[in-house]
Amino acid sequence: MVGLIDVPRVRADFPILSRKLPNGKSLVYLDNAATTQKPVQVIEALSDYYRSYNANAHRGLHALSAEATDAYESARKKAAAFIGASARETVFTRGTTESLNLIAYSWALANLRKGDVIVLSQMEHHSNIVPWQFVAGQTGAVLRFIPITPEGRLDLASLDSLLSCAKLVSVTHASNVLGTINDVAAISRRAHEAGALVVVDAAQSAPHLPVDVSSLGCDFLAFSSHKMLGPMGVGVLWGKRELLDSMRPFNYGGEMIREVSFESSTFVEPPLKFEAGTGNVGDAIAFGVALDYLSEIGGLGAVREHEKQLLALMLESLDSLGAVVFGPSDVHERAGVVSFNLPGVHGHDVASVLDGEGVAIRSGHHCAMPLMRALGVAATARASPYVYNSLDEVDYFIASLKKVKRVFGSGGL
Amino acid sequence: MDMYSENVLDRYRSPRFRRELASAALRAHDVNPVCGDDFTLFVQLGPDGRVVDASFTGVGCAISTASADMLCEACIGKSLDELRLLDKDFAYSLLGVPISAVRAKCALLPLKVLKLAVYSHLGQKLLEKEGEFG
Ligand SMILES: Cc1ncc(COP(=O)(O)O)c(C=O)c1O
Repeated sequence: MVGLIDVPRVRADFPILSRKLPNGKSLVYLDNAATTQKPVQVIEALSDYYRSYNANAHRGLHALSAEATDAYESARKKAAAFIGASARETVFTRGTTESLNLIAYSWALANLRKGDVIVLSQMEHHSNIVPWQFVAGQTGAVLRFIPITPEGRLDLASLDSLLSCAKLVSVTHASNVLGTINDVAAISRRAHEAGALVVVDAAQSAPHLPVDVSSLGCDFLAFSSHKMLGPMGVGVLWGKRELLDSMRPFNYGGEMIREVSFESSTFVEPPLKFEAGTGNVGDAIAFGVALDYLSEIGGLGAVREHEKQLLALMLESLDSLGAVVFGPSDVHERAGVVSFNLPGVHGHDVASVLDGEGVAIRSGHHCAMPLMRALGVAATARASPYVYNSLDEVDYFIASLKKVKRVFGSGGL
Repeated sequence: MDMYSENVLDRYRSPRFRRELASAALRAHDVNPVCGDDFTLFVQLGPDGRVVDASFTGVGCAISTASADMLCEACIGKSLDELRLLDKDFAYSLLGVPISAVRAKCALLPLKVLKLAVYSHLGQKLLEKEGEFG
C-alpha cells in the first residue's frame, strides 16, 4: 500500500502557491502539463549553485570546478536512477524537444533511407512529429500514424501492418491532451519483432507515474525537468549504450572531444559526446533536487495514487456538469491530464472565466493540431493537476466551471 | 470578468449577422491557428460604393464572435476608404469591454479578415485598371 501525498505539507514548500493574483484571488494552478511550479528546495539549490560553487564543470582543476562537476554528475546519476537506467546512458539536454531532435539528427539522418518507415501515433505532441517530418524530407523515409479509437486509446489492431518496413517507432507514453497511458511495453515488443527501434516521449509520464526503461523495453526515452518540479532548460535523453556508442555527435565543439588537431578530432564516450559546449550545470543540479523531492514526498507511486483521486473527482464532476471529456474514462488508463469542452462555450472563454476566478488552466490545441483534427475539435480546455493540488481545489475548479455555465447560459447554445 | 458583458454574450449567443452573403463583392477568410477561430467575412457594396450589407460565417470564442458581429453592423454605410482606415481601437470600442493582452488576437481577428477583404478587392480593382491600359 503506497502512502498518499501530504498535500498541506507539500504546498508549504511552494512559495508561488500562496501569492495573490492581480485581481486579488488565490491561485489554483491546474496547468501542470504545461509546466509545474518549483519547491523552495529546487529554487534554493539553483541559487546555492550560483552563490557557492559556480564553475565550468569538467574543465577546471580548481576546487569550485570539482564541486560543480561532482554535483552535475550526481544529478545525472539521480536522473538515471529515476528511470532505472545507468548514468552512462543518460544525456542531459535542454528538454524533451531537444532530446527528440538529438535522435532525429544523430541517429535517424544517419540510418534511414528512402522508403524506410517511421511510425508515430495520432496523439503525438508537435515535438514528436515535426522532427520526423524533417527527417522524412531529408531521407525520403515515410511517416505512418497509429490511429486512435473514439475513446482516445491507440488502436493497435493495425500496428503490424504499419510496422512493415519500419525502422523507428516514436510514441508518447502519456498523451498531453487525452491523458491516455499507452502500452509502450507491448508496442516495443512488436516493434522490435519488426526490426524497428523504439523512442518513448515520456514528457507527460515521467512526472506522473513510475517509469522504468527496462520494463518499457524501449531504445530511447525523453523527458523534461520543468514538468516535474525542476527548472526549465534541462531534460534527459536516455538511450541504450550500444546505440549511443554508435551514433554520431549532435553538436560539435568543446567538452565532447578527446583530441583535436587542426585537421580532425576524436570524441569522448557518451553521455558527454552529446553534450558539446558548457552545459546547463546549475539547472541540472536543481533538477536532481526536484527528483529527490519527488521521492521524499512518497515517490512516483504515491504521486500516481494522489493524482488518481483528483482525476476521479474531476472526471465525475465534469460528467455531471455535462462537459464533453476527451480520452479514457477510467483513471487507471490516464495520467494527470483532463481535456474537456463545455457545449456551446469556446475553450478560450472557459479559460478566461476561470482565470477571473484564479484558476489557471490551458485552452487551445496543446501543440497537437493533428490530434485536434482527429478528434474533430478546434480546441479544448485542459486541466492538469499535480502533487500540490487538493480535492478542495478540484471542487473550486468545478464551482468555477459552474460559473462559466451561468455566464454563458445553459439554454440555446 | 468584465470582458463578458451582457452585450458581448448576447452577440455571441445570437449573432445578427451570421449568414453567408453569396453575392458579396468582397470576401475574405482567415484563422487563428492557436485557438482554431475561423471566420469568413462578406461585404456587399451598393451603387455608390458604400457598404449595404455585411455578414460573417465561422466559429470562434465569445470575444471573436461578438467582434465579428459588431464589425459587420458597423461596416454598413461606410465607403471602402473608410473601411481601409479602421483600426484596432475601433474594434475595441465596438466591444466596449476591457480586452486583456492574451485575448487581443480574438478581438482583432474579424477586423483583420475585413481588411484582407478590402485590400484584396482594392488590389483586384488596381489590376483591372492596369488591364485597361495594358
Ligand atoms: C507529450 C509531450 N511531448 C513533448 C513535449 C515538449 O516538451 P518540452 O517543451 O519541454 O521540450 C511536451 C510538453 O510540452 C509534451 O507534453
